[in-house]
Amino acid sequence: MSELTVLHPEYEALLQRFAPNVEPDTRPGFSGIVVLPASLIEVVTYLKEQMGFDYLSSVTAVDQYPDDQFDVIYHLYKTIGGEGLELKVFTTRENPVVPSVTQLYPGADFQEREIWDMFGIRFSGHYDLRRLLLWEGFSGFPLRKDWHEPLFEEEVKPYKSRWPEGRAFHKEQTNPFHDNVQYPKEFDPESVSTDADESLYKALTANLANDEDGLHTDRMVVNIGPQHPSTHGVFRMSAVLEGETVVALKPVLGYMHRNHEKIGERNTFLQNMPFTDRLDYLSSMSNNFGYAITVEKLLGLPPPERGEFLRVMMAELTRIASHTMSIGFLLNDLGAFFTPSLYALEERELILDIFESVAGSRMMCNYFRFGGVVRDISAADFAKVKYLVEERLPRKIDDLDRYLTDNEIVRSRCEGVGVLTAEEAIACSAAGPILRASGVPYDIRRADPYSIYDRFEFDVCYRNHGDVYDRYLVRLDEIRQSIRILKQVIEQIPPEGPVMNGKVQYLVKVPPGESYGRVEGPRGELGFYVVSDGKVNPKRYHVRAPSLINLTGLEKMCVGGKIADAVTILGSVDIVLGEVDR
Amino acid sequence: MNGTGIIKGLAVTIRHFFSTYFADQFGLGRAKAKRGTMMAEGLFTVQYPEESVTVPEEFRVIPFLVYTIEEDGQKKYRCTACGICAKVCPTQCIWITRMKNEETGKPVPESAEFYIDIDKCMNCGSCAEFCPFDAIKMDHDFRIASYTSGDSHIYNKERLGKPLEYYAKIRPTNYAQEEAQRAAKAQAG
Repeated sequence: MSELTVLHPEYEALLQRFAPNVEPDTRPGFSGIVVLPASLIEVVTYLKEQMGFDYLSSVTAVDQYPDDQFDVIYHLYKTIGGEGLELKVFTTRENPVVPSVTQLYPGADFQEREIWDMFGIRFSGHYDLRRLLLWEGFSGFPLRKDWHEPLFEEEVKPYKSRWPEGRAFHKEQTNPFHDNVQYPKEFDPESVSTDADESLYKALTANLANDEDGLHTDRMVVNIGPQHPSTHGVFRMSAVLEGETVVALKPVLGYMHRNHEKIGERNTFLQNMPFTDRLDYLSSMSNNFGYAITVEKLLGLPPPERGEFLRVMMAELTRIASHTMSIGFLLNDLGAFFTPSLYALEERELILDIFESVAGSRMMCNYFRFGGVVRDISAADFAKVKYLVEERLPRKIDDLDRYLTDNEIVRSRCEGVGVLTAEEAIACSAAGPILRASGVPYDIRRADPYSIYDRFEFDVCYRNHGDVYDRYLVRLDEIRQSIRILKQVIEQIPPEGPVMNGKVQYLVKVPPGESYGRVEGPRGELGFYVVSDGKVNPKRYHVRAPSLINLTGLEKMCVGGKIADAVTILGSVDIVLGEVDR
Repeated sequence: MNGTGIIKGLAVTIRHFFSTYFADQFGLGRAKAKRGTMMAEGLFTVQYPEESVTVPEEFRVIPFLVYTIEEDGQKKYRCTACGICAKVCPTQCIWITRMKNEETGKPVPESAEFYIDIDKCMNCGSCAEFCPFDAIKMDHDFRIASYTSGDSHIYNKERLGKPLEYYAKIRPTNYAQEEAQRAAKAQAG
């Protein structure tokens, strides 16, 4: 249980300066600073400009139903490293309005839109406050506690109908098109006019100046996706073109939305673990890692030594698997159809074989538990990891490097394309390889170490141009650094010992409080924000998804370039739609 | 010089192509045995469904219920209908009804009905992990595609049951460990 946070002297000064509009959060188990909505902008400006909190990691909200209150929570960090600051703004459920911080942190753009979408909190001053994941015209705000989905059974799992009076029924019997949802008699679906894409196109062209000086060309709106092989899933980019040049571009999301967070609030803490695999399905071990350390902060249950090493081993293997795939598919987007990506997939395949043998599944690993990992690695698998790390991977990564890095087509298509400067990258809350390719050496493993990363020797890879080519190089460098960490893990791992602390229990009671845990996943900062009210289900479960937030900078990267480059740029951002749409 | 990168790339592809071809045609057993492993040369993939890789012991797909055959030929399920698997299941796809004593009406430690909706099951393995009686285990048989969905995908107790010998065959290490624990427990208590 996290006790009352002792405030840093710097924050004492902050509290004194803005008193009485600012006060510490004194609820047991909670920390951070509560700001009145009216002085939010003033405080945030001070934090950003005077105290150096230049990186807005996450914005989220908590519904305090049945109390008449929404909490909006901001997690701020410094890109020079160190601990973060948690800001909170309270607003009413009746009339929820909070000033938008997008002027100071453009990275809040999608996150505020998501909160509007899910909670119905208005952000005054947001330039484009549309729904993010759901369609315009959707009725209600799903993450409010009093909103129930069509196939609603009970508030929280485990459902009472399953045991002991289990009566099996197939889900199709409760199909919304049967008798579960009732329409009024005179209801005519044709008469419902949804906004469709009008508000999207309006937002797209809102800020465009008329270009009267140059050659007059008609502007054209082109939609790439949602069914398009280069968008890596059901993702849609709506672009305004002038000739072949992109003048405005907006991602349209939510085609695979399943409300992961609502599912997470229905689940018990432990039941969420396999669901996190399905967020970013290319790096499920990292997702497990993030969720496990977040809940462990509340439980106060650190894993044993060998468990920690196994965690790091799996997380780094995941990073290698994910980055090789990302590099392979970037080449796919450049037009080298599938040959390079299949060469890259070989290494991923071998890593997945290890996962399958250790965790039981190739992609949906479900390997981490609160207080450790589910089972120990066998000697045979350990030997496989050792061979892979010491013999095969370094050779294969050098091969990839040799084939691709100096290839003319790769260089001419990638160099100088999709540039994001360091300032822009920080402002857009970009994370992971995107941020580091722009010259910001910010890696959570080093800046705010978790688990046992402070024991390992590795370099934070960064490049300075911020283009597609540098993102590719950063990924390649990171694979090499991961191999370096893995070599140290293999050397230092205790040969024997428990892999899990605490007793095996299927209903984990988590003490009340809040916790924000973040790990450096392959795609960047993966954060989990969990609020517990002392029961077996989380009261709030939020995922700071790096893929989603990295897309905030997509428009900046694409505007001014050619439409063909937009595909390359998207490939270099390396999104996974399971995480973007959640 | 312009073009060298492209020629290099083509050379790599051609080398891969020929090594694959020769390993396949002339490598015979040697190259075939290495396919899909870390030592693979040439062809990396296994030609499914003619050949297939063996799944590791921990591989998990769709739970099954373990039973033993009694002396009178009856199936004796290990399941006691305690409901832990139903409570821990993340998708809540397990339905259990307790068996009741016909005379007294009191519940007996056995399940009357046991259903798993395999359309919902996400193969996470929690049920097997937390079962205190080693009664529910994860299967290895992943070839379960079918032409119909709906009720045929709700497996009942009959469909889910598999003999203990099958479990011992697919998971020898786990089985040996559990049996050793049982023996130790029986001795102690």
